[in-house]
Amino acid sequence: MKANLSQNELLLDVRDLKKYFPVRQGMWRRSSGAVRAVDGIDLFVRKGETLGLVGESGCGKTTTGRTIMRLLDPTAGEIRFNDPNLGWVNLEKMSRKELLKVRPNMQIIFQDPFSSLDPRMTVERIVAEPLVINRVAHGQELRDRVADLLRVVGMRPEYMSRYPHAFSGGQRQRLGIARALALNPRLIVCDEAVSALDVSIQAQVLNLLEDLQVQFNLTYMFIAHDLSVVEHIADRVAVMYVGKLVELAETDELYYHPKHPYAEALMAALPKPDPRRRDRPIRLPGEVASAANPPSGCYFHPRCRYAQEQCAKETPQLEEISAGHWVSCHLARNLQLRGVLG
Amino acid sequence: MSEQAASPVSDRDVILQIRNLHTYFFTDLGISRALNGVSLDVPAGKVMGVVGESGCGKSVTALSILRLVPKPGRIVRGEIALRRVYSQDDASEMITEVKLTDLNPQGREIRSIRGGEIAMIFQEPMTSLNPSYTVGDQIAETILLHQKVDKAGAEERAVKILDQVGMPNPSTVVKRYPHELSGGMRQRAMVAMALSCTPSILIADEPTTALDVTTEAQILDLMRELQAQLGMTILYITHNLGVVAQMCDTVAVMYLGRVVELATVDALFYDPRHPYTRALLHSIPHVGSRTKARLEPIRGVVPDPYTTVAGCPFHPRCDMIKPGLCDVRVPASGAVDDQHQVRCFLYSDQEEAAREG
Repeated sequence: MKANLSQNELLLDVRDLKKYFPVRQGMWRRSSGAVRAVDGIDLFVRKGETLGLVGESGCGKTTTGRTIMRLLDPTAGEIRFNDPNLGWVNLEKMSRKELLKVRPNMQIIFQDPFSSLDPRMTVERIVAEPLVINRVAHGQELRDRVADLLRVVGMRPEYMSRYPHAFSGGQRQRLGIARALALNPRLIVCDEAVSALDVSIQAQVLNLLEDLQVQFNLTYMFIAHDLSVVEHIADRVAVMYVGKLVELAETDELYYHPKHPYAEALMAALPKPDPRRRDRPIRLPGEVASAANPPSGCYFHPRCRYAQEQCAKETPQLEEISAGHWVSCHLARNLQLRGVLG
Repeated sequence: MSEQAASPVSDRDVILQIRNLHTYFFTDLGISRALNGVSLDVPAGKVMGVVGESGCGKSVTALSILRLVPKPGRIVRGEIALRRVYSQDDASEMITEVKLTDLNPQGREIRSIRGGEIAMIFQEPMTSLNPSYTVGDQIAETILLHQKVDKAGAEERAVKILDQVGMPNPSTVVKRYPHELSGGMRQRAMVAMALSCTPSILIADEPTTALDVTTEAQILDLMRELQAQLGMTILYITHNLGVVAQMCDTVAVMYLGRVVELATVDALFYDPRHPYTRALLHSIPHVGSRTKARLEPIRGVVPDPYTTVAGCPFHPRCDMIKPGLCDVRVPASGAVDDQHQVRCFLYSDQEEAAREG
C-alpha cells in the first residue's frame, strides 16, 4: 500500500506485517504449525487522524495494535514510525533499549479499566509512573504534572491519593487516558477503550478522546468491534478478517459503499437503533476460518455468497480501486454491495 | 398439587403481571435496593424489551420472576403473577393466575415452571452449559424433567429442536461437548434448550452480548422467527438500544430499580418522553445518520446502589429538573397517551403513594 502523501504527513507506515504464534503439541512441545494472527498487513496512519480497525473476535486486530506498539515482536514486516525527535525509525529493528526513546511518543489505552490499573498503586503513582520512568519530572513538579493530567481528563486532583477500587469504570478509563497522555505522545492506540462502559459513560469518554485529539494534536488508532462507535470517531476505517486487511477506506465511503462482501455483511448485521429499519441480515454460512489452518485462496470465500472458482484458488491482493479505497477481493470492481443504509 | 389456589381473572392479554416489586440485597455494606417498586404488564405473544444501564435492575427482575434471586438478596415486597389460559370443552376460555411471589423458591411448583412454562437464556453460553455433559444430554435432561417421554424419545426431540434452531448437523452436534462448539453454536444450543419444553415465556438476558455482530444478527433473526412461529412471549433484557429497535414490540426503560418509561418500540425511538430515555438516545452514536454530531453524554454517574436518592432517582442527572419537586417527591407512573407510560413530573403531578420502606 502506497500513500499518495508526502512522508511528512504520515505518522506510521506498516508494510507486510506478520505475527505468527507457534502451536506446540505433544510431550516435547514441538512446534506443529502456527496461528497466523496477523498475516501480511499494510497500512499507514496520517498525522492527526483517527484510523478505526474493526473485525470480529479473533481476527487479529488487537495483535496488530500490540505488534505495532512492539509489545509483541513481529514475525516479519516493517513498522515505520515518524518520531518527532528521531525522524523515521524502523520499530521492528529496534532493541528494547532503543525503543525506550520512542515509547514516550506511542501509548496504549486498554479495554478493561479494572485489570489495567494496579490495585495497590495510588492514582498519583499510576499516572506518574511514565513520568518517573522517563525521568521527566520529580518532587513537586511531578505532583503538579499529575494534577494537571487529572484535570485534563476531567477528574479532581484531590483524588490523587485514592486507589483504583474507589472509582467507577468510566473514571478508571479516564485514569488510563491520563496515564497514556503523561508523556505527551503522538500516537495512541485505543484497544477497545470504551467497550466495557455503559452507553452514557461511553459517550463521555468518546467526547473526551475527541477533545484531547484537538487539544494535543493526537493521532489515534482506534481498535473496536462496535461498528457504530467506530463510525462516529474514525476518519478512515480498516476491516480485518482472519489476520488480513480486506478493506480500508474513508469512514463514510466504507459504511455507505462497501466493496468487500465481508464488510457488506458486517454493515447489514449491525443492529440499527431505529425500529423502522429492520433489515434482514446477510447469512454467512459456516464459521470464521481458523487462523491456524486458513482456507485456500481468499480466506472469506467459503462464506461468501458471491464467490467464484477463482476465489478458492488465488489469494486476492489489497488494491486501490478508487482514490483512498483499498479492497482485497477479486470481484470488487464488479459487485454492487449494500451499505449500512441497506 | 398447587401450593397456591389458582384464581380466575379476566385480562388475558397480559401473561405476566409485576406489581410494586421490591428486591433488596442485604449485604455487609448496607442494603442495596436493586428493585425499588417495579410494575410491569408483560403482554402475551409479544416481545417486550427491558433496557437500562448496568445496575438498573434488569437482570434482577428476571431472576425475581424465576425466583432465583441469590442470597443475600430477597423479594421484600410486591407481587408477580403468571397467567395461564386454558381452552375449555365449550370453546370458552378459562384464565387462572399463579402468584409466583407466593411460591416456595425451592418448591415443586416453581421448579416445574422454571424451564417449563418460563425458560431463560443467559448471556454467557459457556458458563451456563455444563462442560462435562454433551449438548444432547443437557437438552434431553430438560425434556425428561418436564415432559412424559422416555430417554430415547427425549434424545430424538433434542435432535429435532437443534434442527429447528438452525444448527448444522444436529445429529452429530448432540454428541458434542460445549467446548467443541463455537460461541454462536453454543448460543443456538442454549436457545434450543430453552425452547425444548415449548415455554410460553422466554426470558432472554443479554443473549447476544458476548457474540460477534454477524453471529448476533443470526441469533436475533432466529429468535424473531421462532417467536412468530410459536407465538411465545419474550422478555428481552439488553443494554443495546440497537438490539431493542430490531427485536422488540414494546420496551420498558429501567433506571435505578424502577421502570421509568414504557412505550411501543416506535414511540420510544421517535417520541421518547422521559428525560432519561431521551438522554440515553442522545448519548449513542446513530449509525448511518450521516451526521457527525457530537454525542451528548448524561452528566454524572449512576449513584451507588447503597445510597437512597430522595425524590425522583434521576433528578441529580436530569436537565429538566423542577427544584423543590423532583428532588423531594417520587413521581408515579402514569399514562401520557395510549403509547406511553412515564414516571416523571413533566407529565403529571401524580406522586407515588408513600410507603414505609
